[in-house]
Amino acid sequence: MPVKILTEHINVPGINTFEVYRKMGGYTAVEKALKTMTPDAIVEEVKKSGVRGRGGAGFPMGMKWSFLAKPEGVPRYLVCNADESEPGTFKDHYLMKNNPHLLIEGMIVSSFALGANKSFIYVRGELMYVIHILEKAIAEAKAAGFLGKNILGSGYDLELVVQPGGGAYICGEETALLESLEGKRGNPRNKPPFPAVKGLYQCPTVVNNVESIANTPWIVNNGGEAYAALGVGRSTGTKLISVSGHVNKPGVYEIPLGITVEDFIYADEWCGGIRPGHHLKAVVAGGSSVPILPANLILTLANGDKRLMTYESLSDGGFATGTMLGSGGFIVMDETTCIVRNTLTFARFYHHESCGQCSPCREGTGWMDKVLDRIEHGKGNMRDIDLLVDVAKKIEGNTICPLGDAAAWPVSAAIRHFRHEFEWHVTHPHEATKPGAVYRGEMELV
Amino acid sequence: MTETTNTVAFTPERLAKAQEIIARYPEGKQKSALLPLLHLAQEQYGWVSSEVMDYVAGLLSILPIEVYEVASFYTMFHLDPVGTHVIEYCRTGPCCLMGGEDVYGYLKSKLGIDTGETTADGKFTLKEVECLAACGWGPVFQIREKYYMNLTNEKIDEIIDELSKD
Repeated sequence: MPVKILTEHINVPGINTFEVYRKMGGYTAVEKALKTMTPDAIVEEVKKSGVRGRGGAGFPMGMKWSFLAKPEGVPRYLVCNADESEPGTFKDHYLMKNNPHLLIEGMIVSSFALGANKSFIYVRGELMYVIHILEKAIAEAKAAGFLGKNILGSGYDLELVVQPGGGAYICGEETALLESLEGKRGNPRNKPPFPAVKGLYQCPTVVNNVESIANTPWIVNNGGEAYAALGVGRSTGTKLISVSGHVNKPGVYEIPLGITVEDFIYADEWCGGIRPGHHLKAVVAGGSSVPILPANLILTLANGDKRLMTYESLSDGGFATGTMLGSGGFIVMDETTCIVRNTLTFARFYHHESCGQCSPCREGTGWMDKVLDRIEHGKGNMRDIDLLVDVAKKIEGNTICPLGDAAAWPVSAAIRHFRHEFEWHVTHPHEATKPGAVYRGEMELV
Repeated sequence: MTETTNTVAFTPERLAKAQEIIARYPEGKQKSALLPLLHLAQEQYGWVSSEVMDYVAGLLSILPIEVYEVASFYTMFHLDPVGTHVIEYCRTGPCCLMGGEDVYGYLKSKLGIDTGETTADGKFTLKEVECLAACGWGPVFQIREKYYMNLTNEKIDEIIDELSKD
């Protein structure tokens, strides 16, 4: 059985209570960290582990921690990004609702490592029921002496605050999240300065994803080298993959990084294959922002090797033939899926979620939504397809935050790999607008 | 339908909760309590009127405009009166793959209203929202804090019939 770092005990009855979590070995990392390790030694272990940010960007977590400025007399903050809103992604939701103490334990050792005495968990507001679960778990941990003043007699103090968002995808971007946490609109900030220097309340701040932080108790207990020994190359450890769409077993899986995409989709241990009687058409491998790939390209690299579930293998071939691991939001589509329709729902999403601060994104997402809607409803022309590519190109790289890129990529990738479906909508408007109509022409299925 | 009065104020329990929330943040950073307080206000009144926003501004000693600009940015806050049960239906890709649009069509016809509308008896308001982070369990909608997942027409019947009894 592959090592499970995050989900080993997730199905143990009562694991959401302090008592059961503790019985299963929980909070030993806090004891070890506070009683036997220095903050710098923990940072060192996290660096050695090679764990990369699990929110989507994949930036090495230890390196991010080492950038934190430490001016005398200025408070430092750790903020956990639990604003999970990327379409296709629901792993943090799953982890927090089932095993809240794992995140809290991670917050304690991480806050200690960074020298933060007040840390925040910013949870998307829709997950108010998860906020209640976390608040209950925090109260339990506090009652047991793992939070509050002088934790375990170590002299270290920590308060954890759970903050609700208000329903804005953009707050998953770390500087927008900090603005929101300060009680403002979620407009991303210009960088530099980076949060490591000027973050929450203009103080040095680290923002980390839920899954990233949840890895830290295991790293403290087992060491960074043991973590780095799992996985392949620079894709160390395990990864939570949230699977949706046309597979037999949608859900959240903790995979060892390095299994093949084929295994992940077809093995009974994971997704269990495509639903009966249907065939794989396409996959969006890392949340709606990453390029969609047709079946053959998601399973196989250009050189004929099998593609692996790693940061490197998924991005092999660049955007021409590759994609990204992203947030691990794995959306599987069979031959009943209309790519134009699916792309439209994504474009509509980004149009709705653009904060409006940068004109290329504010205007461009609206244009893409409008033009795609026109094509989907049989009112497009051939020039519209090139117009979409052009608009996407003009958004990309021209905005303060990555939402612009995230909006542009799915549209340009859909046209790159499924242009014939867009053209079919233009040339066969009557057929294409029938309920449930899907292009059935030249199509590579697996 | 929930109504506001001219004398907006938190219930004593909610006021105590509000004070506890405000005390969470460092000295001088009480504005951080704005989103939690707007949620608390919406829980009490069902929606966030300008009177409610003025009241929240007063509690935090900030200008009313600082509340308006925030409440209007975040989609969870209802700036107009809504029905007893606000159904927030996910319209994003993964839910659509699982037949979300057909089920939504059924829901609309069952309630006899379109997106953004409220039933004549004031019981249900229908809103379309973006991804609710429950894609593997789609189609999904949310009513207040509760998620309703793996929706089918039959499930819609059960849920709506149950809530109609209130």
